[in-house]
Parts: sequence; C-alpha cells; structure tokens
Amino acid sequence: MASDQILVTSPPSGVEQVSAVAHRSLSLLREAPKLPVGIILFVALVAIFAPLLAPHDAETSVKPIKIFAPAIYAGGTWDTALGTDFQGRDILSRLIYGARTSLIIGLLGTVFAGMLGVTLGIVSGYMGGLWDQVIMRITDAKLALPSLVFGIFLAAVLSPGLWTIILILMIVFWTRYARVIRGEVLSLRERDFVKLAEVTGAGKIRVMFRHILPNIMNTAMVLFSLTVGVAIILEASLSFLGVGVPPPTPTWGNMLADARPTLISERWTLTVAPGICIMLLVLAANLLGDWMRVRLDPQLRNR
Amino acid sequence: MKTFIAKRLLSSLVTLLVLSMIIFALVRASGNPAELLYEYPGAREEDIARQTEAWGLNKSWPEQYASFVWNIARFDYGESFQYGTSVRSLYFDRLPNSLLLAFWAFLISMAIGIPLGIMSAVRVDSWWDSFGKTFALLGLSVPSFFVALLLVLLFGVKLEWLPFLGKPDSFFDWRHLVLPSLALGWFFSGAMLRLTRSSMLEVLGSEYIKLCRLKGLPETVVIVKHALRNSFIPVLTLAAVNLVVMINVAVVVEVVFSWPGIGRLLYDGLINRDFPLVQGVVVMAGVMIVGTNFVVDVLYGYLDPRIRLTR
Repeated sequence: MASDQILVTSPPSGVEQVSAVAHRSLSLLREAPKLPVGIILFVALVAIFAPLLAPHDAETSVKPIKIFAPAIYAGGTWDTALGTDFQGRDILSRLIYGARTSLIIGLLGTVFAGMLGVTLGIVSGYMGGLWDQVIMRITDAKLALPSLVFGIFLAAVLSPGLWTIILILMIVFWTRYARVIRGEVLSLRERDFVKLAEVTGAGKIRVMFRHILPNIMNTAMVLFSLTVGVAIILEASLSFLGVGVPPPTPTWGNMLADARPTLISERWTLTVAPGICIMLLVLAANLLGDWMRVRLDPQLRNR
Repeated sequence: MKTFIAKRLLSSLVTLLVLSMIIFALVRASGNPAELLYEYPGAREEDIARQTEAWGLNKSWPEQYASFVWNIARFDYGESFQYGTSVRSLYFDRLPNSLLLAFWAFLISMAIGIPLGIMSAVRVDSWWDSFGKTFALLGLSVPSFFVALLLVLLFGVKLEWLPFLGKPDSFFDWRHLVLPSLALGWFFSGAMLRLTRSSMLEVLGSEYIKLCRLKGLPETVVIVKHALRNSFIPVLTLAAVNLVVMINVAVVVEVVFSWPGIGRLLYDGLINRDFPLVQGVVVMAGVMIVGTNFVVDVLYGYLDPRIRLTR
C-alpha cells in the first residue's frame, strides 16, 4: 500500500514533463488574444515559407533600374504588385524576405539576451557578495545609456553583419532580465524548498539551475515578450541608420532607409509598406507581452 | 542630508567609472581604435602613428585606462578623424540645437501625455481609458523614424504645409520645429500617459481622496486640488529624465529632418567611421544621464525625508 503511494506521487519522468510543458504552453496559447497571435503566426509563416511566397528574388532587379509604381497606379503591373524600389527590385518580395531577417534577429537577439540575463541574474541573486556587486554595478552602468545610443556605439566598434546585430541586441538587452530576475531570486532564496535542497546537500549550481530556474521561468517569459518589440525596433533603427544587416539583404529597416531619398517624389508606398510591417509586428509583440504579464504574474498587474 | 548626498554622489561616480570601463574594454576588445583610421580614405601611416601616440595606445593597459578616464574628466575626447578639430568643440557647437529640439519635444510629450493620462485615470475603464491605452500602445510600438517619415510625407510633401529640412532661424520659428519635435515627443508621450495614469490611479484609491469625497467636495476640486498635486511628483521626475534622454536619442529623428544636433553628429561619426566622434558623443550621453539621475535623486531626498533613510 505504502509503496503504491510512493509510486503514484513519484516525480514524472522526463517525457511526461516535456509533454506537460507542451500541454501547458498550448493551453496558454489558446487563451491568448487572437489578433496579436494571428499577426505573429502570419509573419512567422511568411518568414518560413519566404522562398515559396515571394514572386521574385529579393536581392536582384526584376525591372529596369527605376522606381515603378504599385499595380493600382498608372504605370504599375500586377507582376510587381507593390511596385519596385530605386534599383528595380520587387517591394513585395523584399517585404517577405525582410520578415525573415527582422524575425530571426528580433527573436534570437532577445533569446540570447534572456539566457545571459537570466543566468547572471540568478548568479547575482543567489551567490550574493562580490558576484552580486560586480554584476549589479555593470547593470547600473549599462542602464545609464539609452539602448539606441549603446547600440550605435557597439555598431561603430564591431563590423556589421547578421550575427553582429544579434550580438548587439544581446549585449544591450541582457541587463533588463538580470535586474528583475535578481530581485525575484533574492526572495526565492529564502523559501523553504531552496533551504531543503541545500540541507540535502545539493550543490550551488544544482540549486540555482534545478530548483530556482524553473521558478523564475514565468517572469523570464514575460520579460522576453516585452523585450521582443523593443529589440525589433532597435534592429530597425540600426538598419535605418545604415549599420544594420548590410545590403543587399532586405530588412524592413534598411528598406525604410532606401525610401528616405524618394520621399519628395511622392512614392509613398516605399515608406509606408515596410513601416506598417514593423509597426504591426511590434504592436502584436507588445499586446501579447502585456497580456502575458497580467496572465502569468498578477502581482505585476498595476505597474 | 549630507551623508545622503555623499552616498548618492559616490554611487554615481562608481556607475560612471564602471561605464568607462565597459566602453574602454569594448573598444580595446575590438582592436586598436587608431587602426579604424585605415578604413578612412586618405589616411596615411603617420596619421595612425600620430593618433596612436595621442591616445597613448602604445602604453600598458592600466596606463591607457587611466589616461582615458583623465581625458573624460577633462571633457577631452580627442580629434575627429573627418573634421580634424576637437570633438569637444564640435559637440558643444551642436548641443544648443539638440536642446532646442528636446525642449519642444518635451513640451509636446507633456501636453499630450498628461491630460490623456488624467482622463484615462479619472474615467477608468471608459471610452477615454481605452483611447488612452491604445494611444500609449501606439506610442510604444511605432518607431519614431516611421512617425517622422509619415509626418514628412503627409505635412511636408503631400499638403506642403510645413518645411521638413534643417533647423529654424530663431527660437520661436515654430514652422521648422513642429514636425521634428512631434516625431521625437511621440514615443515619450506614450510613456508619460502610462505613468500619469498609474500614478493618478494610485492616488485616487488612497484614503485621503476617499475622505475628500466623503466631505462632499465637488469632483473637480478632488481631482485638481488633491489628486493631481500628489500624483505629479513621479510624473515630473520622469519628464525631467526624459528631457535629458531625448537630447541623446534623437538620432533617427535628426537624421530624417537633417537637424544639426548631436544625434546627427553621432550619425555622421557612425557613417564615416569617425571613431573619436562616436565615442565622445556616447560618453557625454552617459555623463549627462548619470548626472541627471544624481540631481533627481538628491531633489527627491530633499523633498521626501523617508527616501534619505531607505537608500
């Protein structure tokens, strides 16, 4: 009888744990507001199937080197539905491939920033002492610079490229995680389950990553969803300033930069199309982030 | 009070010191900054040797760092690669333009954010509130360069109402100022709205507001005289910090409107690989913001004795 009890309450195996997590995140997704999830899924699908969806190649001219109007205007053709840019490249195809770059950079940059920030936040909060002092002083100093200014500085020091931008986002945004996670760990550290783990003889690393980490995952996810939007804006700003992903790779930011000299010629689609894409994606990310903040952590509700 | 100020001053200095270490480390990790001059058209061997000498790059790391900090303390950021003049004089030439832009953007962000925030808080969960929330969300989600480009398209090109390039001739030349300051103030008005709303909500839920209402004071008196005054402290703090932040993050807006401020200077340095210029502007941004935070903290401590003890 007693052994049955133990069997029933024994911790689930790895497979069951994974399926439980998957189940939980699926049910979470089902509750999420439809519009932002829809937008993000749409952008993600477009990004994944870009080669199938794009009518043309994004990096080569499909027409003579000249700006062509969208199809609904005189002089436009349905072959290039949204017109072409100053090099005769199809805008629609560039938007579709641009979704790829923007999404990859935004997501990877935020994920890497999260991994670094969460790790350092846990170490800072749990180890205390010198670790805490050093990590938190660095955080303070970094928060003194606006992320755009710091991003520009890094872009000036490093040579441009896709992975450089991801690295820049990681260096710029990890402090956001570290600050909040540290605060959370400070209170978790005093809880009974951590004390018990310590008494049982669990090592520091085991306590930090086996016992504390699972308990701060909710906060980390909320921070992640709130940071994605800012990260995409920063990437777009850097691309707009000409230090993002180098041309001819299309990103929404450098499409806007390309469009700037043509403002006076009233080719408004060149500016509005990539701008709307950035806006919708960031809006969706922020809406989802706000919802997740309330859903996963009711204590944050009134901030 | 004196120990409080001393403590805050010390922690500000530590922050600046750590910031200078981060910048120093990042620059050195990426190689000899004087060699960035190689990428600069027309640079000769002796130019690089001269820059290396001027920055003391042939000395040991601790010595280099010490001279780096000493130079920052004297506001000496070296010579610009492209202009050949000192970064300091370039910077202070441009600063007044940035101050002008930031000042008007600051006024706009308050003029939009505060009234909308108050309306949202007073009529919570009403049509006003949803409007305010939507507005704040748009403020945070639409990148300022896109707002700037849209303003240029609409008011500059399509309607031809306002000029959109360059800076005004005088302080009150509003025609040149409207579009850039609107574009810059846009993002911050969203943040102001959010903070005003939450601060007002907190005050409106407090006991003394309940008492005011129980006394039978008219709602306008409750709001204007009692709630507003008390909820303004955090709002004004954020506004002050924002003003300084705006001076430094106006880069994209200044680029779109060809506004000759320090943001444009930073862009200039970035595009032309003018490393001393970029470093100078970035360091100044850090100094300015840490300085403002210090002043705000001290003022807070002066106004509210409780803060002196908790920090």
